[in-house]
Formats: sequence, C-alpha cells, structure tokens
Amino acid sequence: MWKQPAPANSSFNDYNTFPLPQTQRGQSSHAHGPVGHTQQPLVTGTSVLGLKFDKGVMIAADNLASYGSLARFRDIQRLHPLGKHTLLGVAGDMSDFQWLKKELDALLREEDALALSDSHPSLSPKNIYELLSNLFYARRSKMNPVWNAVLVGGWDKVKEESFLAYVDLLGTTYTAPTLATGFGAHLAQPLLREAFEAKAGINGDGPLLTQEEAEKVLDDSMKVLFYRDARSINKYQIATITAEGVSISDSKSSDTYWKFAEGLRGYGAQTQ
Amino acid sequence: MALYSQPPMSYTQEPTTAPVEHRFNPYSDNGGSILAIAGKDFSVIAGDTRQSEGYSIQTRYARKVWQLNDKAVLATNGFAADGTNFVKRVKQRLEWYEHAHHKPMGLKSIARMIQTMLYGKRFFPYYVYNILGGIEEDGTGAVYSFDPVGSYEREACRGAGAAQSLIQPFLDNQIYFKNQQPEAGSEKFVPGNLPLSTVLSLVVDSFTSATERHIEVGDGLEIYVVMQKGRSADDLLDEKKLAPGLKVEELGALGEGEGERTFLVRQSLKRD
Amino acid sequence: MFRNSYDSDNTTFSPQGKLFQVEYALEAVKQGSAAIGLRSKTHAVLLTLKRSTGELATYQKKLIRIDDHVGVAIAGLTSDARVLSNFMRQQAMRSRMTYGRAIPVGRIVQSIADRAQTNTQEYGKRPYGVGFLVIGQDETGPHLYEFSPSGTAFEYYAHSIGARSQSAKTYLETNFASFENATLAELINHGLSALHDTLQQDKHLSLANTSIAIIGPSDGEIEDLNHSSAAKRGNFRVWENDGVNNLLRAWRRSRGENEDGPQEEEDKPKPEAEAETAQSAEGSEQAPPGAPAAGEDVTMEE
Repeated sequence: MWKQPAPANSSFNDYNTFPLPQTQRGQSSHAHGPVGHTQQPLVTGTSVLGLKFDKGVMIAADNLASYGSLARFRDIQRLHPLGKHTLLGVAGDMSDFQWLKKELDALLREEDALALSDSHPSLSPKNIYELLSNLFYARRSKMNPVWNAVLVGGWDKVKEESFLAYVDLLGTTYTAPTLATGFGAHLAQPLLREAFEAKAGINGDGPLLTQEEAEKVLDDSMKVLFYRDARSINKYQIATITAEGVSISDSKSSDTYWKFAEGLRGYGAQTQ
Repeated sequence: MALYSQPPMSYTQEPTTAPVEHRFNPYSDNGGSILAIAGKDFSVIAGDTRQSEGYSIQTRYARKVWQLNDKAVLATNGFAADGTNFVKRVKQRLEWYEHAHHKPMGLKSIARMIQTMLYGKRFFPYYVYNILGGIEEDGTGAVYSFDPVGSYEREACRGAGAAQSLIQPFLDNQIYFKNQQPEAGSEKFVPGNLPLSTVLSLVVDSFTSATERHIEVGDGLEIYVVMQKGRSADDLLDEKKLAPGLKVEELGALGEGEGERTFLVRQSLKRD
Repeated sequence: MFRNSYDSDNTTFSPQGKLFQVEYALEAVKQGSAAIGLRSKTHAVLLTLKRSTGELATYQKKLIRIDDHVGVAIAGLTSDARVLSNFMRQQAMRSRMTYGRAIPVGRIVQSIADRAQTNTQEYGKRPYGVGFLVIGQDETGPHLYEFSPSGTAFEYYAHSIGARSQSAKTYLETNFASFENATLAELINHGLSALHDTLQQDKHLSLANTSIAIIGPSDGEIEDLNHSSAAKRGNFRVWENDGVNNLLRAWRRSRGENEDGPQEEEDKPKPEAEAETAQSAEGSEQAPPGAPAAGEDVTMEE
C-alpha cells in the first residue's frame, strides 16, 4: 500500500520487495546543507482499523514495521495514547510516526503545565485531530508530507460521545463510524460496515455494537488482513477508548487455518 | 557471431520508455457534485455528502456546502482537503472584515475576494471548483461560479464536480430554456424567475439522476436556501407543498438578525 | 516640568525600587474613563462610561469584541488598546484555527500580559498606556480579568479601572457577596450602580455615555434578541445607544427612580433619530463628561 519507488529502469522491483533510499541532493540549499524531505516511506506499518461501539471506540493495528517486503520489526506498537481520552493508530512511515509522537507528547505536556494554573480541561480528541489535520495539510502544502495515515479515536467528555476520524499525508480528512486505512479500506471496511449496519441500520440511528461484538468484528477483520495483506503479521493489538479512558490490549494472534493450501498446486509439497 | 550478438534483452537494453519519475503528488480527487441556482428573491446551493477516492467511499457524510454569513453560502468540490482549508481561510477573512467594519461582507465582495484568494495560489492551485450563492445587496438571488485559479462570473445556475457533465445540460435546458421554444404568442422565456418549489424539484432531480449514473455521487443531499430579507418562507415551510423525504431546518441568523434567512433542506440519496 | 533622573528609560530602577515609566503607564490608565466588570456563576458583564472629546465629537468606544467568547473594556490610550486587542484577536483565531477550540480566557489574557512585561524590561521600549478588563467564558465558566501595563493579569469577582474607579470599587466591595448567585439583570444593576458612583456630582448615566457588554445566556426581558444573534447564542455582545435603553430603565426602576431618568434628559429616543443627533443633544446638556480637567493633555486618550 505504501508504494516504494521503482529504480530508474523500472523493470525491477515491481513487487516492492525493497525500498530504495534516494536522497535528492542539491534541490534546495540551506545553511546546514540540503533540506531533507521524505520522498518516500522506508519502514512502514500497514492497515489500521477503527470502529465505534456502544460505550466508545476501538482501534486495531498489528505489530509489524516492514522494510519493503522484509518483515523487519515484529514488535512495534502502532497505537499511541495521547492524554486520558485520545489514541492514535498510525499506518505508513514509522520514523514520521515516532516524530509525531514526540511532538504531540510535548504539546500535551505543555497543556498539562498550563492546566496547573487555570484548571482548564486538556485538548479533546477533536482538538488533537484538528491540530493533526492542520499539520498534515501544512506539510503536504510544503511538498514535504508526513507520510502517514492516522486514525484518531477518543471519548469526548463534554459531549459524552465517542470520536473517530481519519487524516492522511495529503491532509484529507473524514469521519465515519467505521474506518480503515490502506488495504484495510478494501478488505476490512466492508466487514466493519456490514457489522455496524446490521445493528445500527444504514442511518446509524439503531443500537451500536457491544464491546464484545465490536472486538469480534475487529478480530475477524484482522484475520482477513493477515490472510491477504502480505505486509501484515499475525500479531496485533486492540485499543479501547471509553469514558473510563484508554486501554490497549496485549498483543494477540488469530487462529488461522492453512489446511486448504496443501491441496493447492504450486503451494505445498508437490513439485508438479 | 549473429548467434551471440543479442544479449538477453532485459539486462542491457535501454528501457524503451523514459524512467518514471516518482514524485509526491499533493492532490487527490474526492468526487461528488455541487450545484447552485439563483431565483428572483432567493438562491439555492446544493451538494451531495459522499466523499470518495477511486472506487472507495471514504465517508457517506462530509459536507461540501458551507454557510459563510447570513447572505452567502459557498459550495466546494474537487480535492476535499483543499476545499475545507480554502473555506477555513475564507471564513477567517470574513471575520477580520467584520472586526474592521462591524458588518458582514457583501456577496459580490466575497466573490471578488475568492477570486484573489484562488489566483494567489495560481502556481500551486487549490484543486477546487467553487460555487458561491446568496443574496446580493439589491436583494436579488445570485450565483457566482469559479474555476480553480479564480476565473469567475455571475450566472443564473451552475453545476460542478464529478457529475457536472450530467447536471449542466439538464440545467441549461430547464433554467436557461435551451432547446425550448415558447408557444406561439406566449411570452419569451426569461431565466432566473422560477418559483422556489420548481427550483427545489430541479435540484432534487439533478442529484437523484446523477446518483443513478455516477458512482461518485450519492448518500445524502444538502440544499441551502438563502432568502431575501422579508420574503415569506411559507413555500418552503409548508410540508404539503414540499416533496416527500425533504427535511427543512432554519439556520438561525449569524449577524444582527431580521435580515436574510437561510434554510437547510436535507434528503437522503441512494447509497449504492 | 517635573524631572526625575530615573524615569527616562524603563530599564533602570530608582533607588526606591520603582520603574517610573511603568508607574506613569499606570497613571495613563487612571486618566481613562471608568470601566467596571463583574461576574456571577453564569455571566460576566462589563460596563463603561464613554467620553467624547467635545460637542462635535462622537463618544469613544470602550468595548471591543475579541471573539464570540471574549471581549474587553479599555481605559487609557485607545491606540495602544487597538494594538493589544488586535493581538488578542489573532491569538483567539489562531486557537480556533489550529485546535478548533475557543482559547481559554486566562491564557489569552496571559498572552498580552507577557507582551506587556517585555515592554517593561527591554531598553528602548515603552510600556503600554492602557489597562483592560477582560470578560470571557470557557469550559471552566465565566471569567473576569484585569490586565495592566505593568504586565500583570489577575482574576476578579468584580473590579474597576479608570478615572474615579475607587468609588466603584467601594460599591463593589460592599456588594460583591451577592454577585455569585445574581441574575443577569441584578448583575447589570449592580454594575450600573457602581458605574454611577464614578460620576461627578450632577452627571448621570445616559444612552450616550453608557455601554454594557455581556457574556452568558441572554435575558429577553432586558435584551433585544431580534437584533443580536450573539445574545441569542450567549456570546459576547455590546449594548449601547438605543440598545442600552432597556437596561438603564430596568436599573432606574430597581432604584425606585423615574424610569425616564433625571428630568432634563430628553424624552424617549425617537426611532428615526440619528445616533449623532442624539449624542450631540446629550453632549450639549451634559458636556463635561468628556471634557478633560484643566491642564491635562489627553489627545491620545479615549
């Protein structure tokens, strides 16, 4: 999904098997040398899923950070809590994600410090999302994108309702009761919508999924993604954000079934 | 000799096509359509609520039509991130205008301001088609349409976006009476004098038809109606006179009050 | 003219530990006409006494809207107030743009206080010659702050600044216990009574010289909701000229006075009367409110 560039003679690497770092020098100069822009993602995370349920919102992402087709880092957490009631699920470039974490954590610490003197409530999920959207759009407008797609999940304490929204490297924003990035948008989103609409109806005014039901849908979706997304891994976490706060599950795996594969020509033991 | 004169093609032959330059593309197309029609003492500005990218529906509710002040409504279509950020900047300018002049900016001034703002980014344009509708200083309904770099004109009606090619010919026929002949002896057709109920029906028909034939249009329809100061709103508020399925809501005044009135009419569109 | 060897720049302390330029700036605030602020659990209000520099001049506005949820009353140099209030508008809008959040009131006041402080410490700068009363509401309720050119920002239940504001302070101090649970109408009446106390003998509050700003839920009894969507939404709104009529009448009623005000005051304002005519009429019968005391130089003042 996070496409790496082809080398100059593009008959190679049609399957994105390796990333090719290309520092473009001399494009713009600066007192401290050329300004480095992220021209492409290197170490990447794949899909993130998000789903609203009756008491809050859940976000799921697996633990893999890939280097091209290499499953390079297999114990990376891509769910990041911000304050008591907000959580980011991040796909795309992991170094940009780490930078983002650092910036946002610093901002929230500053807010906490100010709140010590005026007791004003900290930034709501909506506030953080708005900031993130402006940041992503500003960076894309400088042709120096933050190479991520982010789901922001949260609980709004004032309105007493859950929050779920998407923003990506183009500054594109939207919100919906079910969301998915990357391959998840193709493979998991239909499953999430189907489950959501089965109870809530197409207008979303019926009852929402329970916590157990929501977790089941996410488990199923993560399994489908593991089966079909070559950049995924069978080890993922689910974050749950409710009025009580954020909780992130331990890493877990789906039960998978591969028996059918042995009968497939070209997969199992047969050579012909 | 001839036998070995041709080494294996894939290794040495120059690529027949020039190397594909891989560069960050800061734009996207988020589909959808907008349209506006001016009446004698009202103006109607509408847009669907689907936001998509390629074959994926990102959300079934994202607004494309924005109330700017009591006499102006702006519809944006194209790259959604540019659209929302452009509207944000327009609103910012309008607020500074009100700080300075203690009155809302007039419609034609907004139109001119939008031109300069769009042209200001002539060499990195907002990938957005804008349609501005509202009430002119003299009380007449007006529609202004823009291209992404600021060319604009006042018109009686305009459709834009993914289904422009479906909607505009219909509007040309129904609003400008193109290819219609008045009956012998009857009065000449004059565009811009249709009653509100007729205009609303045309808007609804435009969007239901576009929804049938264009995959990027659907989900929901939002129609803003701005009325001249003192005009009766009975034709809109009387349920019996309104097409079934339409829900009307009056948006309270933003400024001093007792001036122009703005209504929001909603209808659902097919979701497939 | 009075000379003081420690007052020619603002970075040198006098042996008594004073920064004279800062003290003089505080004097500039006292030269401005009075502004009063008070708040309850639900509302914050500002009341100001406007002056005109002469019979032919309009009354100087003393209330400035910063955002839907913040507004200020000024006392001192109007031009300095314009610079600072513009800065506040920028801060307020920046918060709305980047976070989609109305800026917390205490923080926007602190931002101008910080600015004012640097003016008391850097060579070649001068302190602002204006003081603010700031009202606002945020997620922690309604607030009232005082900003002063010395670079401080304090929160108050009730406060007054400007000329003869000590008299108002005395009124507020004896009555402030009842403010917390007061209705909007009661709060305004207290405010007007305090403002009245800043007037010289034989002067009185009128449509021309009184302006009132409110933040908090509207009261249709005393406010004309048809002419202010800000009032309907509970946002910052200013009532002055004809708009302040209902508020003044309610106040006079509450004190058992003639609703029309003191005898010589003009009759009910005629709807078709231009603001200017009303003002010059007011001005002629009670010219002095704007007139500076002899010898004062107030060309830059409101």
